[in-house]
Amino acid sequence: MRLQYPPSVRIIEVPCTGKVDIMHLLMAFEYGADGVIVMGCLEGDCHYGAGNLYAKKRGNRVKEILDKVGVGGERLAMYNLTSGMGGRFAEIIREITEKVMELGPSPIRVATGKAVRPIAEVTT
Amino acid sequence: MIKAVPKPLEEVLDLVKDFTKVLIVGCDGCVTVCEAGGSKEAKVLASALRLYFTQAGKQAQIDETSLTRQCEKEYLAQLSDKMDAYDAVVSLACGCGVQYMAEMYNNKIIYPGVDTCFLGVNEERGLYAERCQACGRCILAETGGVCPIARCSKRMLNGPCGGSDQGKCEISKDVPCGWELIYERLKTLGQLDRFEKPVDPKDWTTSRDGGPRTIVREDLRI
Repeated sequence: MRLQYPPSVRIIEVPCTGKVDIMHLLMAFEYGADGVIVMGCLEGDCHYGAGNLYAKKRGNRVKEILDKVGVGGERLAMYNLTSGMGGRFAEIIREITEKVMELGPSPIRVATGKAVRPIAEVTT
Repeated sequence: MIKAVPKPLEEVLDLVKDFTKVLIVGCDGCVTVCEAGGSKEAKVLASALRLYFTQAGKQAQIDETSLTRQCEKEYLAQLSDKMDAYDAVVSLACGCGVQYMAEMYNNKIIYPGVDTCFLGVNEERGLYAERCQACGRCILAETGGVCPIARCSKRMLNGPCGGSDQGKCEISKDVPCGWELIYERLKTLGQLDRFEKPVDPKDWTTSRDGGPRTIVREDLRI
């Protein structure tokens, strides 16, 4: 398909979003991620039963935490799509990249002096 | 087991915001089972505090550890060489653990990180229900294994009361009437004659009415 999407994302593969732990998400922000996307299978279509639903709940808890600690829950998003939805995948990456660019660098990177400007140009 | 819930994060943030070296101490006992204060929760809270302090531009050292139990001196003693390095400690144990830690480390600020709720069971993951009020004199043998002290909203010894409706308590349609449960259980056991004799007033001196309680087991003491 050779779909284009911004190079600012780093893909971390897991067997199922049910593997994604609260600590994985929090550590990503501690390490300075400007935004994190959790991409799981369509709801009701989890090979393992409900992994994506667990991930959704964990994500919601992390969003609450991020809001309370001043990082902003809007920097974390979860999407559900299938492996056949490459076009949608690229579209989501573009959307989120634009959103994160609007939000600016993570307050963590700004506070530690590692960022003063947006990290990437939006390539559409 | 003792059931607890994590304190609201903003409450913990408010407690520790003026410190720069904070230790989060989880407890691997009861509060781990209800996922309120184990090693995992200690890591999550520590991470949240690090994010908070970092985004606020404040240099802070937030570490976490966990003890097998915080209601025993031997395990609390494992913190002795670490305590001096911190300004404040957030204990994720139940109220017993927090207090015991404060007793042992008298000059250290110890904050609770969970709200201790009750003695209960795990009905499902994330769903815990009260079953015992630790009254000190168990009457379950007489009530079909269902405790009227913990399960009846009025702690009645001769129930049900007039507020029992269709097996539910008048306080909420979601709360089963404790005495309905007792009736059904005794019926199953063929012990309904139990209702024919009133229960004597309960001796509450073994409960909180007698003040803070202590158990002395001379057969066990060393």
